[in-house]
Amino acid sequence: MSPLSIELSLGVSALFLLLLESFSMVPRKSIAHVVIALLVAALAALIFSPPAVVPTSMGEFYRLDNLAYFYKGLALLSTLTVTVISLEYAPVINQFVSANPERTKDAGLGEFYTLPLLVCLGMMVMASANDLVTIFVSLELVTVSFYVLVAFMRRSAGSLEAGVKYLILGALSTGLLVYGMAWLYGLTGQMTLEGITGKITHWQGSNVPLLFAAALLIAGLGFKVAAVPFQIWVPDVYQGAPTPVTAFLSVGSKAAGFIVLTRVVQTFLAPHSVIAPQVTQMLLVLACATILFGNLAAIAQTNFKRLLAYSSISHAGYLLLALACHASGLGFTPSEVVAFYLATYLPMTFICFLVLAAARAQGISEDIASFQGLARTSPKIGFALTLALAALAGLPLTAGFMGKFLVFFAATLDGNYASLVIAIIGAAAGFYYYFKIILTLHTEPQPGAPVVSLNAGSQILLVLFVVAIIFVGVYPDLIGRLLHASH
Amino acid sequence: MSPLVIIILLPIIAALAIWLGAPARFTAVAAALVNLAITLGLIGGYASAGGGMIWKSSHLVLDHPAIHFAVGADGISLAMTLLTMLVTTAALWSIVDKDRIYYIASLLISAGALGAFLSTDIFFIFAFHELALIPTFLMIALYGHGDRKTAAWKITIYLGIGSLVLLTGLLGVVWWCSPESGLTFALADLKPVISNCKTEALVNLNFFILLVGFGTLVSLFPVHDWAAPAYASAPTPVAMLHAGVLKKFGLYGLIRIALPLFPGAMQTPWIQHALLLMLLGNILVVGYVTLHQRRLDEMLANSSVMHMGYIFLGLAAGNALGVNGALVLMFAHGISIALLFMLCGKLRNHLSTLEMDKLGGLAANAPFLGVVFGIATFASIGLPGLANFAGEVLVFLGTFQSFAWDKGFTMLHITTILSLLGVIISAVYMLRAYRKIFFGEATTGLFMSDPATSQRVPMFLLAAVLLVIGCHPATLLNLIQDSLAALNFK
Repeated sequence: MSPLSIELSLGVSALFLLLLESFSMVPRKSIAHVVIALLVAALAALIFSPPAVVPTSMGEFYRLDNLAYFYKGLALLSTLTVTVISLEYAPVINQFVSANPERTKDAGLGEFYTLPLLVCLGMMVMASANDLVTIFVSLELVTVSFYVLVAFMRRSAGSLEAGVKYLILGALSTGLLVYGMAWLYGLTGQMTLEGITGKITHWQGSNVPLLFAAALLIAGLGFKVAAVPFQIWVPDVYQGAPTPVTAFLSVGSKAAGFIVLTRVVQTFLAPHSVIAPQVTQMLLVLACATILFGNLAAIAQTNFKRLLAYSSISHAGYLLLALACHASGLGFTPSEVVAFYLATYLPMTFICFLVLAAARAQGISEDIASFQGLARTSPKIGFALTLALAALAGLPLTAGFMGKFLVFFAATLDGNYASLVIAIIGAAAGFYYYFKIILTLHTEPQPGAPVVSLNAGSQILLVLFVVAIIFVGVYPDLIGRLLHASH
Repeated sequence: MSPLVIIILLPIIAALAIWLGAPARFTAVAAALVNLAITLGLIGGYASAGGGMIWKSSHLVLDHPAIHFAVGADGISLAMTLLTMLVTTAALWSIVDKDRIYYIASLLISAGALGAFLSTDIFFIFAFHELALIPTFLMIALYGHGDRKTAAWKITIYLGIGSLVLLTGLLGVVWWCSPESGLTFALADLKPVISNCKTEALVNLNFFILLVGFGTLVSLFPVHDWAAPAYASAPTPVAMLHAGVLKKFGLYGLIRIALPLFPGAMQTPWIQHALLLMLLGNILVVGYVTLHQRRLDEMLANSSVMHMGYIFLGLAAGNALGVNGALVLMFAHGISIALLFMLCGKLRNHLSTLEMDKLGGLAANAPFLGVVFGIATFASIGLPGLANFAGEVLVFLGTFQSFAWDKGFTMLHITTILSLLGVIISAVYMLRAYRKIFFGEATTGLFMSDPATSQRVPMFLLAAVLLVIGCHPATLLNLIQDSLAALNFK
């Protein structure tokens, strides 16, 4: 099956499931199970089908390279995980959706399980987007679906507030993005990224308008990937949104934002591009500001979910730093380093959100303090969470280290010493706030300490993620091979 | 599979088994004894194998840059492995009536050290060392003494930053020393950097970054501040393993990576002078601080920081004699400080205070403890016949190898003479502590009796090693000499 047909079938299934959900009373749980089955099948189809060729009629706006395949896989995997987390979190959503949760059961949850499919479709198309229109349409498909998902718990003030904030700032960023695209099209007369590259490398005349367009595009995408100073929406939206949606925003949406950013930045940084030095500078400044802000602001947090929001910002900083490098001689191009980093970021972040969602559904608050002693009362979950946090902090022999390692290496090879110093400061701060949680987990539990249990699907995922974190930590070539696979 | 891989994996498997419910003490001690036996066997085998890196095995885990999970052992790594296993065995053995997390943490710290000493790829040398970070942090923060939270954070943040600095330095090593064929982390493929006048300043800077990075892990003055509070606060097995073994990792890294790959960088005047000043800080400033400690645990913790100065002195000399001395001293200090911390832990378990002024006359009821503490004390101050003496003499000889009457004293010689003062300082505080605690009158009625026979075993083990190496340093020197020569120390 070619990726294109996978995407089409996902889209059709999503629409079908939405209709089914509207006009029948099928148990909502079975919708979620169908979604999971669909995603597993799609993932298998993506991995095991022979390399596909893009129809020539679509070659202009749709591309299928290794990176596209890789990001499609990430999109499917994160949607799958999010659906499993949603099942854990269902009681909480139900409580805030229905006026009478006891009576209506989970009747209102149908869209919550199906909309992620549309998000997934958007992210998969985005991975292949090769012209401005495709980028914009797929990005909007993701963003609009997220508007609904973030505000889904309509009886929770926090969720609604998050929804409004996300809507307003999302619209603003879309505006910046479209404006930038309009400038770019106006200047170059090209819609495809290759065409734009061609024009930029032979540019005559002032490059100020080009820089303006580039700045608008980077700012617009900066909102999506949560780069400072476009991160203002992140903490509140992450904290207010339903936990599965937060997880989705933190991994899926970020990955999608980065694949577009990668493609756009590659266009601007093409050899002989007239705006390459300035764009590199721009990215470096954004990266350093993001690393510093994300890490330093995370130190003071006492709410686990909010802390993960800042942590998500800080990781965006390292990813931006990788994008700003040339990394010649590394064996990974900057875009591959970004993909590598995101792949390692996925399991460790999802472990945190999975445990967080299950704990919340079992009546434990999201404060870090309420997790005191979890490693004693639920040793296996405690171990997984400890490992995930250690990986987020970037401890060696975990996947998290490999991502940071490649970014540090790229910066060293480029001689970006200033940004290296900032990256070190950021990582050191990271030791503090991640270890703070680890310490809480292992502290002697209070009477009435939390016990968290997981359903079968989450347990399978948890084991998979733990194995992935350790395995990639000692055998990073696994991801290297996926990135260099000959699709 | 290389036996070295088994040595590294055994503690991790044992820790996992204990976590899953295996009997803690039996599993841990058995794993340590098996590992110790394998190590001794390998040392025997190494002598007959005729030197070089042996028992090598290597698996590529990343293409570009080339990273291998590669192990291999020469005399130096075997000596460090022996040190690790001796201290691990003693530390695990001395744990009494504690939660299983004590065993798990000690085993993980031990595995980290073993992995770092036996890997032959820079990436894994670095990575394994970090394995100890979380166990150490948790053990100090949860089960430490006194202001344990502060101590735990201090050691973690210091070592975290130190290792990040070290990481950038190591990336620099790969950048400078990789062959034409591409970036690699395999030590065997890295060539010593040949600098020209254009790159010399950068190469020297890179070496200095390595020195600071490794130095932080060894508590080199002025980045030593984490060590004393952490060791004073840490639970006994953690203090033994960290002060005895893990702290030697930074020195090992300098000997294995930094000095051979950046030949001549240590002799660059500004670097050598900076190092000499810093190590004088260790010996004199920290020595002075140690002199004023009133509690036994804090005094031992500070003394362990102080003694690092002598080892750095051997490295600053940079010749075979000095580095040989440094290695012997690393080994000897590891054993003696571990023994001292173990004894300190015993005292802490039985007495309500470790204030030396309040203690006295313990030897009357605990003659065995008195004797062992005496051996450790004498070793620590460098009495002839005990292991530390051999190391210190070699270091001092190494620094004066370059001495010539017509050229006068260089900075190195002056530093050596000044650091001899430290020998007196450490004799003063160690002997004073020994006298106060074990002799004199027990005024407050604080007393304790000797430990049970089974608990005497680890003390006996470490004390015997100090005596054997002290009386016959050649056993250790024969092991390391050729390997050091192979690293181009002349």
